[in-house]
Amino acid sequence: MSLRVSELKVYYRTLKGEVRALDGLSFGLADGEILGLVGESGCGKSTLGKSLIRLDGRMRHAGGTVVLDGEELPIADDRRMNDYRFHQVSLIPQYAMSALNPTRKIRRMVTELLRSRGVTLDTAELESRMSQVGLPREVLDRYPIELSGGMKQRMVMVVSTLLDPSLLIADEVTSALDVSTQKAVARALLGFRDSGYVKSMIFVTHDLALTHHIADTIMVMYAGRLAEKAPADVIVKAPRHPYTRLLLDSLPEVGVRHTDRRLTGIAGSPPSLLDPPAGCRFRDRCPIAGEECAEDPPVAEVAAGHYVACWKA
Amino acid sequence: MMLKLDDVTKEFRIGAFGGKSVTAVRNVSFDLGPGEVVSLIGESGSGKSTIGRMILGLNPVSGGSITFEGRPVRAGKEYYRHVQGIFQDPFSSFNPVFKADRVFGLIKDTYYRTVPGEEWARRVGDSLRDVRLDPGQVLGKYPHQLSGGQLQRLLIARALLLDIKLLVADEITSMLDASTRIDVLNLLADLKARGLGVLYITHDLSLGNYLAERTVVLRRGSVVELGPTERVFGDPLHPYTRELLAAVPRLHQEWADATPVDACLYHARGGTGGLMEAGPGHFVACAGLGTCP
Repeated sequence: MSLRVSELKVYYRTLKGEVRALDGLSFGLADGEILGLVGESGCGKSTLGKSLIRLDGRMRHAGGTVVLDGEELPIADDRRMNDYRFHQVSLIPQYAMSALNPTRKIRRMVTELLRSRGVTLDTAELESRMSQVGLPREVLDRYPIELSGGMKQRMVMVVSTLLDPSLLIADEVTSALDVSTQKAVARALLGFRDSGYVKSMIFVTHDLALTHHIADTIMVMYAGRLAEKAPADVIVKAPRHPYTRLLLDSLPEVGVRHTDRRLTGIAGSPPSLLDPPAGCRFRDRCPIAGEECAEDPPVAEVAAGHYVACWKA
Repeated sequence: MMLKLDDVTKEFRIGAFGGKSVTAVRNVSFDLGPGEVVSLIGESGSGKSTIGRMILGLNPVSGGSITFEGRPVRAGKEYYRHVQGIFQDPFSSFNPVFKADRVFGLIKDTYYRTVPGEEWARRVGDSLRDVRLDPGQVLGKYPHQLSGGQLQRLLIARALLLDIKLLVADEITSMLDASTRIDVLNLLADLKARGLGVLYITHDLSLGNYLAERTVVLRRGSVVELGPTERVFGDPLHPYTRELLAAVPRLHQEWADATPVDACLYHARGGTGGLMEAGPGHFVACAGLGTCP
C-alpha cells in the first residue's frame, strides 16, 4: 500500500465558523494504482488534493493521518512537508497553464527549480520525457507565452514528475483543454505511470467518463465524505450508492438525444458544510432515503475493493 | 428562415498598430428557424464564440451578412427584445451589488414601463416558474447567494420576460456540475418545443448531440461539416469530425482511434471549394488530405 489516508479531517477557517471540507475520509492507494476522484463542486475533492501537498493559511488539519510508503506525512507542518514535496509528493495544479514563470525561458525555469531542491538538471532525461509526451526539444528555449495551452499543460506535467515522485496529484488537469488535447494529455499521464515515473496517482476531475478511461479505481465523494469507491468498471456498470447512480444517469453521451431518452439531474443541492446535518449527507436529495438514514452510514466493504457508505446499498 | 448567415467573415486586426490581421471566421453560412436548436461545435479558436457575438451584434461582421427575420442585424433595443445571449460564466454575468429582482426591474424599465407593478410581479413569477425556480427562493438574493445553475436559469428567465425568439447560448453549461447541467439542457428542450430558436455553442460534443436537430462543426473559422445531428454524429464524413468524435471519452466504450478516411468523397464527386452536399441537408468541406489533386 503506497498511500494510506485515515480519518482525515481538514477544515477551512471562515468568519462564520469552520467549513468541514473533509470530514473523516479514509482510503488506501496501492502501488501503480491510478485513483479517479469525482464529485460535484464543493465535495472536497480539490481539498483532498491540496491537503496532501500543502495546506494553505485558511485550512486547518483537524485530525487523521496520511501515511505514504510507510512514513507519516507531516501535513500540518508546512516547513517539514518541504522535504517531501516534489521528491515524494508532486502536484499538477488545476491551472497548470498559468503555473509557468512568464519571464523565464523553460530551460532556465526548470534549472532554477531543480537547483532550489538541490538537484542538477539531467537534460537528456528531461528531453526524453518531453518527447514521450510529444514535445520537441526546442520548447526548452521558448517562453511559456509561445506555447499552446496543451503544450504548457504537458510541460508542467513533465516538470512536476521529473524527480519520480511516489504520489502524483493531478487536479482537473484536462478541464480547460479541447477534447483532442485532453485525450493526448490523459494518455501521457497513463504513460508516466507505465514508465514508472510516478508510482501512484490521484486524478481529480468532475468528468466521470474521462476518469473511467484513465483510472483503475474510482472514488466518488459527496459533501466531504466518501460515498463509494470501487474498481472503475464496477462504478460505471454496477454502482451501489444512490448518488453514484443518479450521477451516471445525468450524463449526456454522444448518441443520446433528449427526444429518445430524457435524462434527469439530481434535484436540490449539497448541504452546507459550515454546519452539516447529522446522518447521511445525501439524505435530502436521495430518492430511497429512509428512517435509518438519520444515522451516519458507515463505510462498508460490500465486495472485494468495493466500499459504499449507504444503509440501503 | 428566422436567422440566416450568408458567407459571414470576420477579420480581427492584431499587432501593435493593427498591422496584421487574423481571420477568425471564414465564409460561414447556415440558418436557423423557430423552434430549432442548432449546435455550433468547435475547439478553442475555431471562431464559434465570434459567430455568436456577431449574431448578437456585439461585433460587426467584416464580410457577408447576418439577417434576422429578413433584416440585417442592428444592435439596439428592438433587436434585443427578440434576440438574447447567455454566456459561460454566470457569476460575471450579474452585477454583484444588484439583487435578483433588480435584474428583472431593469428589463421593466427598458421595455415595459407601462406595465403595472402587480402585473409585472405576476409575469416575473411565471417566467421563474417556467425555468423551475422558486420565486421566493431567488428574488431578494444577491448573485453570490445563488448557485451557478440557479444563476444560469435566472438569465434564461430574464430572457423569457422579453418577446424572445432566438437565444444564443454560448457554453452555458460548462461551469455547471454534472447533476445540474442536464436540468438546464432539458429546460432549453422545453423552450424549443414552445417555438424558441436556440443557437447552442459548445465544445462538448455530447451536450450538442443531446439537444440539437442540426450540427455545425467549425475548424479554424471554417465550416467543415454541417447537417442533421444524427448524420453528422452517426456518419461523420470529414476526417476532423471523426477525430473529434473519437476523442470524446465515453462511459461504455474504449477510447477509439479515429477511423481514417480512405478516399476523399469531396474530390471524387468533383467538389471545388466551399461545401458539398453529401446527403440531404448534409454538407462537408474539402478535407485537404495529402493525396488531394
